[in-house]
Amino acid sequence: MSETPPALEISGVSHFYGARQALDDVSFSVASGAFCVLLGLNGAGKSTLFSLITRLFALRQGAIKVLGRDLSQDPGAALSALGVVFQSRTLDLELSVAQNFYYHAALHGIGRKEAARRTADLLAAVNLADRAKDKVRALSGGQMRRVEIVRALLHRPRLLVLDEPTVGLDIGARADILKLARGLVAREGVSVLWATHLTDEIDPGDDVVVLHKGRLRAQGKAAELREKTGAADMRAAFVALIGADEAGGAW
Amino acid sequence: MTTEASAPRRLTFGAYLVCLQGVIWREGLRFLHQRERFVSALVRPLVWLFIFAAGFRQTLGFSIIPPYDTYILYEVYITPGLMAMIQLFNGMQSSLSMVYDREMGNMRVLLLSPFPRAFLLFGKLIAGTLVSVLQVYAYLAIAWFWDIQPPPFGYLTVLPALLLVGLMLGALGMLLSSLVKQLENFSGIMNFVIFPMFFASSALYPLWRVQEGSPALYYVCQANPFTHAVELIRFALYGQINWVALAVTGACAFVFMAGAILAYDPSRGLMALRGAPGAGN
Repeated sequence: MSETPPALEISGVSHFYGARQALDDVSFSVASGAFCVLLGLNGAGKSTLFSLITRLFALRQGAIKVLGRDLSQDPGAALSALGVVFQSRTLDLELSVAQNFYYHAALHGIGRKEAARRTADLLAAVNLADRAKDKVRALSGGQMRRVEIVRALLHRPRLLVLDEPTVGLDIGARADILKLARGLVAREGVSVLWATHLTDEIDPGDDVVVLHKGRLRAQGKAAELREKTGAADMRAAFVALIGADEAGGAW
Repeated sequence: MTTEASAPRRLTFGAYLVCLQGVIWREGLRFLHQRERFVSALVRPLVWLFIFAAGFRQTLGFSIIPPYDTYILYEVYITPGLMAMIQLFNGMQSSLSMVYDREMGNMRVLLLSPFPRAFLLFGKLIAGTLVSVLQVYAYLAIAWFWDIQPPPFGYLTVLPALLLVGLMLGALGMLLSSLVKQLENFSGIMNFVIFPMFFASSALYPLWRVQEGSPALYYVCQANPFTHAVELIRFALYGQINWVALAVTGACAFVFMAGAILAYDPSRGLMALRGAPGAGN
């Protein structure tokens, strides 16, 4: 296991929208089997980073590797190891839950029989087995999120990246989603990159990467960052890391 | 839940087929779920056929022009144009669904597939084309009772023409969809693309008639790829090949497709320059 490459390796990534720089020389990695929180305010560059990781935008500066596979040079191999949950919903509301899964499976070259087997397993794991034939439209917000997360696992990726997956959910649903993702790390050894601006989603043992205005401000274990800043809690630590003025009232 | 480690899957030929099948299947499902889309796709040309053509029948006189070997009714003349119109609307509508997909994030799911992007977009094009071919045959079935009865083998020989025209118009729609950032802008494209393309073509009147009226418009019609799509269908419906129409339609299909694939390529395409929804921060 000593040779295991990091699940995700971001090195020297910069990105511009016209003249505006959204990411400035960002480098960090997500260790294999880690739950890594990408912490930043809205506008910090998290979604830009996700767009680069998911190849919506081309990488112009720097390199991104998924389990050692370079995203620019070998996109097929990198993407097949990557599961993604976007901030905005990407399920087709008009189709049933199972149909959404079959479509996703087909996009990864997985045939119907195997897709049906995996779909049943995954839905059962999030207690939604009885909703397989329902239209997605009929699900609650929290259920849709759970469905999206397990759908992202359909092709058995080793790295799951989630962009603000708890946005718009109530407290109960948020806790469920977080538990689901942490369970994947603990039980299945899936590595997770969890982007959020909510510090209460962080556990002391998590790896944390703090992004602010397109720059990497800090990285390390949550507990270490808190100690280093001498803050009472993670929220205070975050404020200290990005500067109190910057954080004022924004979250 | 099992997520055991798996080596990067080799994308076999079978996997490509599974993917293509999945994309077509989804497009078919979406079409079935939008019954009003099917109905309006059918009603539109039928209104032209039943009302417009009946009204115009006496106004326009025709000499015998290929591929027809006798005098024909106006209804018979405009049928290929209406078939192409169905495909034109469908091509634009699938691109509308691409804009919708992009806004809703479905496009992101498509682009996360490990298959090459050109293949994925091509799959979407094929899916849209098949849907449009179904619509055309449904129209032909109804038109048969209206005495639009091309030779039986024509129903078969027109199929390749419909596939090519569907690809060309679908690719054009796809290219346009990359230029449209938001759904609301799309009605403009409908007005500025569909109507000019349809009216400045041989769909409703033979070009020699246009030439009599306005030589300038005649050249516009000649340069309009839609004219050639209509003529390709017209000849194929009578078991003949219009080589010029075939060449122009084929070339346009290729150019539009290449353009669409470039436009959706993140490193070169317009999406990268303009940014995409949900990625503004």
